[in-house]
Order: sequence, then C-alpha cells, then structure tokens
Amino acid sequence: MKARTYPFYFAGGALALYLIFFVIPSIMGIFYAFTDWNSYSTEVNFIGLNNFRTIFSSGAGQNYLHFIRNTIIFTITTIFLKTAIALGLALLLTGGIKRLSYFHRVVMYLPAVLPILVVSLVFKSILNPATGLLNTFLRNIGLDFLAQRWLVDIHLALPSVIAVDTWRGVGYIMVILIAGLMAIPDEYYEAASIDGASGLDSFWHITIPLLMPVLTVTTVLNLLYGLKVFDIVFVLTNGGPGRATDTVYTAIFDEFSKGRYGMATTLSTLLFFIMIILGYFVIRLMHRETEG
Amino acid sequence: MIIRKIRGLFNHSVALVASLIMFIPVYLVVVNSLKTKVEASSMGAGLPTTLNWQNFAVVIERGKLLTAFGNSVLYAVGATLIGTTLAALAAYVLSRNRSRFNRFIYFFIIMGIAMPTNFVTLMKVMQLTHLINTQIGIILLYSATSIPFSVFLIYAFVGTLPRELDEAAIIDGCSPIRLFFSVIYPLLTPVLITAGVLNLLGIWNEFLLPLYYLNRSAYWPMTLAVYNFFGQFESDWSLVSADILLTILPVIIVYLFAQRFILSGMTAGSVKG
Repeated sequence: MKARTYPFYFAGGALALYLIFFVIPSIMGIFYAFTDWNSYSTEVNFIGLNNFRTIFSSGAGQNYLHFIRNTIIFTITTIFLKTAIALGLALLLTGGIKRLSYFHRVVMYLPAVLPILVVSLVFKSILNPATGLLNTFLRNIGLDFLAQRWLVDIHLALPSVIAVDTWRGVGYIMVILIAGLMAIPDEYYEAASIDGASGLDSFWHITIPLLMPVLTVTTVLNLLYGLKVFDIVFVLTNGGPGRATDTVYTAIFDEFSKGRYGMATTLSTLLFFIMIILGYFVIRLMHRETEG
Repeated sequence: MIIRKIRGLFNHSVALVASLIMFIPVYLVVVNSLKTKVEASSMGAGLPTTLNWQNFAVVIERGKLLTAFGNSVLYAVGATLIGTTLAALAAYVLSRNRSRFNRFIYFFIIMGIAMPTNFVTLMKVMQLTHLINTQIGIILLYSATSIPFSVFLIYAFVGTLPRELDEAAIIDGCSPIRLFFSVIYPLLTPVLITAGVLNLLGIWNEFLLPLYYLNRSAYWPMTLAVYNFFGQFESDWSLVSADILLTILPVIIVYLFAQRFILSGMTAGSVKG
C-alpha cells in the first residue's frame, strides 16, 4: 500500500544526479589513487601505495604534510574564533540590547551571503601592506608598529586568512546560536536569579549546558567547512607566500593544474575517507536531533 | 540606574561597532565604484569627489557582464528549480514510507552534505557524459550539489504534514503524482522557498565548478567573470569595485527580501525546538 502511494521512482531523479556527480567520482577516485594517472601520458599504471607514501613522507620536494597541517590549524582556529565571537554577539543581541537587535542580525549575517570570491578580493585590498585600509587606519591612529605585511609575511599569512574567514563566517554561526538561545525558557533564568545566582553562574550552569546541542551543530558545520576550505585561500594568497598557506584543497587544485591527476585524486580520496567518517557521526547527531 | 544606563550604552556601542565592521567591505565597494581610477587606487574609505557613473557602463561592456549575468541567472534558477523539485520528490517518498531500505537511502543521500567533491574524477565523468563545457552540464552539476542539503531540510518538513491529507486524497481517487503536485507541493511552499533561496544564493556565489568545467568565456557566470576581470584590471579598483557591486547587488536584494526565510532555514536545519 505504502509503496504504491509513495512510489520509489519519485526519489529516482535526485538519487541519479547524486550518484553520477558525487558517489561515482568518489569511488573512481579511490581506484585512481593507486595509479600514476597524469596528463603527460595516456597510460595509467597501477603503482600501489606510492601516492600515499609520497604524502606521508615529506622528502619528495612537496611537503604534503604541511598542507594537511595548515588545514588542521585553519579548521581548529576558525572553530574556536567563530564560536567564541558568535556566542558573545548572540548573547549581546538576545539579552544585552533589545532595540535594533534584528537590524544588527541582518547586517552581521550579510558577509555569509556574499560570494567568498568578492569578500576575498576586497580583503586583499584592505590588507595591502602599503596602501590598504587597515594599515592606513593603524598609521593614522599612531599604531604604526601594528601595521604589518599581512598576507605577504610568511608568518602572518595564515593568521590573516583565518581572520578574514572568521569575519566572513561569524554572522552565520551567530544566527544559529541566537535561535538556540531563544529556545531556552526564561523561567530557568528567573528561578536561578531568585536562588541568588549571578549572571556568570547562569551562563555556566544554564546557558552553556542547554546550548550544547546547538554548539555541537555549529562546530560540525565549521569543521566540515574548514576541512574543505578552498575559495578564500585561493583568492587571498593562492597558497602563498611560497606555499605557506596551502591547504588540502588548494594543493589538490595545484596538482590538478600541473596534470598530476593521480596525486590530486589521492589527496581527494584521503579527504573523502576523513569526511565520510565525520559524516557518519554528523548524521547520527542530526538524526538524534530530528527524532528527539 | 546609572550603571544600567552605562551598560546599555556600552552594549549598543559594541553591537554598532560589530555591525560596522561587518559592513565595511560592502561600503568600500560602493564608494570606490564611483571614484576615478586615481582616486580609487588605494581602495580608501573616503567619499568620491565626483560621481563616475560611467564606471558601470565600462565594466558592463568590457567585463561582458550582460552575458555573464544571463549565464548566472540561467545556472542559478535552472539548477535551483531542478535540484529543489527533485529533492522535494525524494524527501517526500523517503519521509512518508520509512521502510528500512528508504531510511538507508535517506542517510546515503544526506551523507553528501559532508562528502567532498573529487574534482579530478568528476572531470572524467563530465567528459564521459559529454557534459563538460556545456551549460546543461553545469546546471545538472549544480542541481546535484544542492540535493543532499535540500533533501535534509524538506524531509524534516514533510514529517510535520498530516498523513490524513494523503489518505483523503487517495480515497478521492488521486494518483500518486497528482497527490504530490496538487496536495503536498503547495503545502511545502515555506520550506521550498527556504531551500530554494539558499540554493540560489549558493550557486550564484560559487565559482569553482565553472573554473574547472567551463573553459569558454561565453559560458562564464558573474563570479568567474569578476575573477578574470580582476586579473586584467587589478590596478583599477574603481572598475573592479563597479564589477563587484553589480555582482553582489542581486545577492543583496534577494537577501533583504528573503532574509526571514534564510534566517529561519538556517535554524530549522540545526535547532530542533
């Protein structure tokens, strides 16, 4: 009866597109990861675990572990920065101020709907060491020593990229946290204040525990985004200076454009397995949320 | 009382500064798009001394923005319609008939939210299917990328619609297809708008897929056109700003009209009351 009212072929279109453009390339990728597939020869040879060995031993002139390290640093730092700043702003907009709260919410979410390409281009000019707005501003208020060579300095490039991405993503996380905060009943806070709890007590013993499920979701979103980060790095620094800011995805693009398809697909496959394992936990998490 | 007032003032100032910081890039783009080349050379925050509206005419012509705009509309609208409709059909049957197999298919599809794209082998698939460097290819590709998240959003919403509707329609002799399109589809409107707007903006803003899979400049969307325009006119920030402004203007307009749906969609996906 159910199968007749809700025929499975309804799902066919979505399933077909998903299989063709997501699943099949990923499975092909696993196969090609064991080959020397490249643009210079039509032959594709099986080379076993060689590609993986190249990634995990950094002697081959290309420091792949460095890209993986950058990706992990980027991911972890942006998770912490975005969550902390977004939580601060969310608390401010739900409790600190009443008037204009919705206006601020709309403005702060704006960076999340702009193309990452555009955000990166504009920040490239803002962070220009000689003429950029940031350094001009710092010099004008007498803080010359803070005017750095942001995206050009090998030690500051990655932190600068992280800062720009935090700017871009914080409003999005904030909006989710605001919804979470508004779902906490006021009675809890009233009861706590009658019992003599301070604002800080309520924050640690009511807000944080009740916000935990939402914080988990935002962390997962930041995690999935961070591991796959590409656009912002590609446009801001293109992996430079040198290869100081290269991440896994920009390295894949680099290998791809040099015609080393086997290597590119090996990096992709590595990421695929990590994401699938994470995805499994994410789905269990979301599942629990929707059922509960 | 005074302490309370000071605290209120402090809170408002912090919120205002935060909003200003969030708004700076858009502001910079707007003021610099109207400056002369010399005036805009440092992409400064000052107001333009003369209003150079001709910048827009120049970028529309030299940046081939009309074609690019047409392409972006075609890709974003086409892929959103295809992707959201297919996702709605799938989410509907998977949510209504929760057999063991269907549940597996549902999880299998939303796994795509986490799954990274393998651009190299996808290139191979695009070549084998002759979809590479074609507009229909990029539309199908974008439809596919929107499916996992749309299925996830719509699946949860279908669960809130009463089953009695379906039963009544079936008793009245509705076919499954008619039941979906004349009874269920209209009721899905709120979630379809949310999913649709998110997909529309996401596709409009994307530039990686065309960068890989469209090598003819006549097929480029706005974002890729801006990227290449920037490569050619890097020194001329007035023109680059004008080009950027024309690219983000539709995004900002859609956002301002649909912000309620966007903000609610974000939370529907992640917070369950």
